[in-house]
Amino acid sequence: MLDLDASPYAAFVWPAFAITALVFAWMVASSLAHARRWKRKALEGDRQRSERT
Amino acid sequence: MLPAPAFLANPERFMAFSRWAAPLFGALAVVLATAGLWLTFQVPEDYQQGDTVRILFIHAPAAQLGLFVYACLGVASFLALVFRHVLADAAARAAAPLGAAFTLLALVTGSLWGQPMWGTWWVWDARLTSVLILFLFYVAYMALRASLDDEAKAARAGAILAMVGLINLPIVYFSVEWWNTLHQGSSTFAGEGKGLAPVYRPPFYLMSLAYMSAFGSLWLVRIRGEVWRRRAEAAALRAARA
Repeated sequence: MLDLDASPYAAFVWPAFAITALVFAWMVASSLAHARRWKRKALEGDRQRSERT
Repeated sequence: MLPAPAFLANPERFMAFSRWAAPLFGALAVVLATAGLWLTFQVPEDYQQGDTVRILFIHAPAAQLGLFVYACLGVASFLALVFRHVLADAAARAAAPLGAAFTLLALVTGSLWGQPMWGTWWVWDARLTSVLILFLFYVAYMALRASLDDEAKAARAGAILAMVGLINLPIVYFSVEWWNTLHQGSSTFAGEGKGLAPVYRPPFYLMSLAYMSAFGSLWLVRIRGEVWRRRAEAAALRAARA
């Protein structure tokens, strides 16, 4: 059985978990967005190069 | 068995390896974190700390990763500076935002634990101050690299700064032994009968491994992004010259 009653410290425990979740969400989203953005641009550059030659 | 680092020094091999390794580490992190969080809310509350003991399972792994990622940043910077290896520089640059995020998490979650337990959000003791300096080294590294247009100069300056910051790692780690700090001593390597109570070890180790796997996955993804970025910029330069 999970003990989700953090009283009397709920005001400290839950924000700590919420901030951790937010930071992890940011790390995942920004890492994937960074990789995808540059992959798209690199492949676009390759395509333009092959069109010119 | 994982390939040796030398095997990954080749960008093509690295891209082939990271294509399957990044999602694998990511999936492992999700499984470990799920089990770790389940146990985090299964264990009994501490007789002194009450439910705030649960913050430990997300705070201490973040602090460990803050140090570990900086060590990775320092080693990668050394390899980039001495051997001028492009992939090592990409690894260093990719590590910095992740390390900064883990260190920030350690500071914030530590503060949320400190207020109910110590009665204060912050004290200028050696551990907290040295971790804040660690965070500032990450920020300074990213700012320095972003401020220089010349990629080679930015890499060199960033590598020197990162290596200077390595001095801070033993200070952070041993600060609780070298100085009289409000922050408690090491819980992980405290020896038998000291430190973390046995009941809290499974969630703590699971969460530590989850954080480590998550970093492994995200680091690989970010290095891949750096490789693509350099390839895109090289293509743009060629197009501009043509």
